[in-house]
Amino acid sequence: MSRRDFLMSTLKVAVASALPLSAFKFLSPAEAKAAVEAANVRWGFIVDTYKCVGCGFCVKACKIENEIPYDAPVTRTWVERYLILKDGRMIADTPLGGRDGFTELKIQDEVVEPKEVAKAYFVPKLCNQCENPPCVQVCPVGATYQTADGVVLIDRTWCIGCGYCIMACPYGVRFFHPVYKVAEKCTFCYHRIHKGMKTACVDACPFGARQIGNLKDPNDPVTKIIMTERVAILKDEYGTKPQVYYIGLDENVR
Amino acid sequence: MTEAWTYPEALWTVKDLFVYPNEYIYWSIQIVMYPLMTGLVAGAFVLSSLYHVFGLEDLKDMAKFSLVFSFALLIVAPMPLMFHLQQPLRGMEVFFTPHFTSAISAFGIVFFSYSIIVVTEIWFVYRKFFVEQSIALKGKEGIGNSLKQLLYSVLTLGAYDIGEKALHKDKKAIKILAGIGIPVACFLHGYAGFIFGSVKANALWMTPLMPVIFIMSAIVSGIALCMLTYIVIMEWKKFRIKTSRKSWEVTAADVGGAEIDLIKNTAKYLVGFMIAAITLEILDLVFRGYTAVKSWEILRSVIYGKDFVDIFILQYGFGNLLPFLMLVIPGLTIRRTAFALALVIFGVFMMRWNVVIGGQAFSLSFAGYMHYNIPFIPDTLDAYKEGFFGALTIGLMPFGLFWVINKFIPSLKYHK
Repeated sequence: MSRRDFLMSTLKVAVASALPLSAFKFLSPAEAKAAVEAANVRWGFIVDTYKCVGCGFCVKACKIENEIPYDAPVTRTWVERYLILKDGRMIADTPLGGRDGFTELKIQDEVVEPKEVAKAYFVPKLCNQCENPPCVQVCPVGATYQTADGVVLIDRTWCIGCGYCIMACPYGVRFFHPVYKVAEKCTFCYHRIHKGMKTACVDACPFGARQIGNLKDPNDPVTKIIMTERVAILKDEYGTKPQVYYIGLDENVR
Repeated sequence: MTEAWTYPEALWTVKDLFVYPNEYIYWSIQIVMYPLMTGLVAGAFVLSSLYHVFGLEDLKDMAKFSLVFSFALLIVAPMPLMFHLQQPLRGMEVFFTPHFTSAISAFGIVFFSYSIIVVTEIWFVYRKFFVEQSIALKGKEGIGNSLKQLLYSVLTLGAYDIGEKALHKDKKAIKILAGIGIPVACFLHGYAGFIFGSVKANALWMTPLMPVIFIMSAIVSGIALCMLTYIVIMEWKKFRIKTSRKSWEVTAADVGGAEIDLIKNTAKYLVGFMIAAITLEILDLVFRGYTAVKSWEILRSVIYGKDFVDIFILQYGFGNLLPFLMLVIPGLTIRRTAFALALVIFGVFMMRWNVVIGGQAFSLSFAGYMHYNIPFIPDTLDAYKEGFFGALTIGLMPFGLFWVINKFIPSLKYHK
């Protein structure tokens, strides 16, 4: 065998072995359609700030449901407390993400006299499952991705833990999982909603401040609220198109 | 408290006022080192290309040294990222599944292209040397010589022709590679700037000027480090000549004379790039203040308040103004230059620090602050990796590598 022949055969073997078997698999038209057809579900969320009392049940339920170490100082969802004082000053806090409720009168190392308060409210936060998620855009390995029904998920086996997605999220909802050492965030309890269940936080809320629904279904109660009532989203200026809608949002809420 | 052990970031982040619960200084010292090291690579390469492409003869000796030094720096450039990754063993996945919308994955591609250019250029510059060594060592006894001979013959890649025609072709190739290398080096560092500049969630980073600012300060830092390393090596050489008993080919005065000429020439280019870098940075600052968008209030409180010392005293004062004055005042001496260069590098480090850490100093709520306490005692792996000693390891690595590489590719001894 000449050197030329040997090199030719080596090349042929290399090319042939490089072709994976899946390359020969033909999809049926039905399969192909199913793969590209837009989903008929788009998960959306309603937060009613008028109803939230800051009990922290949602935060607790989320931590337990999603195996976020209970005492770790990070959380998939949290509740913020806002006090707007009569002099126009805003003070806010979220001790432990509001997990244990807001039982302390002290806020930001300050005890505020009730007569000084102009208004006070609680604002629950969670991943906004943006239509245009910056976290998906910046992930260098594609470990964070958006499903057809709009939920952004993270592949724990593929995330390299660079933190770029944490930096890119304008809402600060992402963090590193203390145990798995990969990026972590709220998934709208994807494992539950797929089975027709509600998210853990929605189930845990005694006041109905949180609701999840299908935005593509005009008869869904959540869709009806969004279509007929005045709702707002967080940080509209970033162009991320959040799909968590707020009732009673105040300009102080960032 | 169980918080500290479960969450390393909680160890070094101090929160003040209203900060979201998941907010911490996630990008710590290693992400400061990352653009610093990439910048040094780009700067060193640009310095070497000034001679190869534009034929600036006064930089000839510096060019060869800085090319090899940029190679040592290049190997270290991705190391801070590796130190920082929570899953370092998966670092390679960036190349398996590159996500082209991410600046980090694009950085990987540019980095590899750039590496190929640098390695190829070094090969063309030193091909004649490899061939000569391979021939000279042939038949010499001793296992060390045999190994060296083997290494040099491998390095020749079988191209033994060192005739005039072949060498002329080599020179042409060097010029082309150096020419392509300049934009790629700028691109490499521009991308490091883009990684920050494109993060719209961060009010401090979000500016299209960021890549350009990074490129300019990269060139400044690269030139300064090359000059400083060159001075240290030459001073060491002079010291050896003066103190050793054996006879040397050159006298300490010869070495000193050559050194000051080269340093004075290179310093001119450094000052030029320093002016460009500082102008851009100040332009950015003025522009932000002038436009004063919503985020300006918190940015101003960080820039003029919390980080005032870091930005105006350490970065602009000691890192820019003082060395600038030291370099432009007539009668430049080696000692004064060396001190000024160390300050310039410190200034660029502080610029990286103020961008990376300063960018995380305020909460996304715009109503709170975070302070980074750099871990000093390396009592845990995280405290080492993300602490002072981790940064020191990264900072010293290129010098160790250069020492090893210089044993085989002598950038300071060999003259064609």
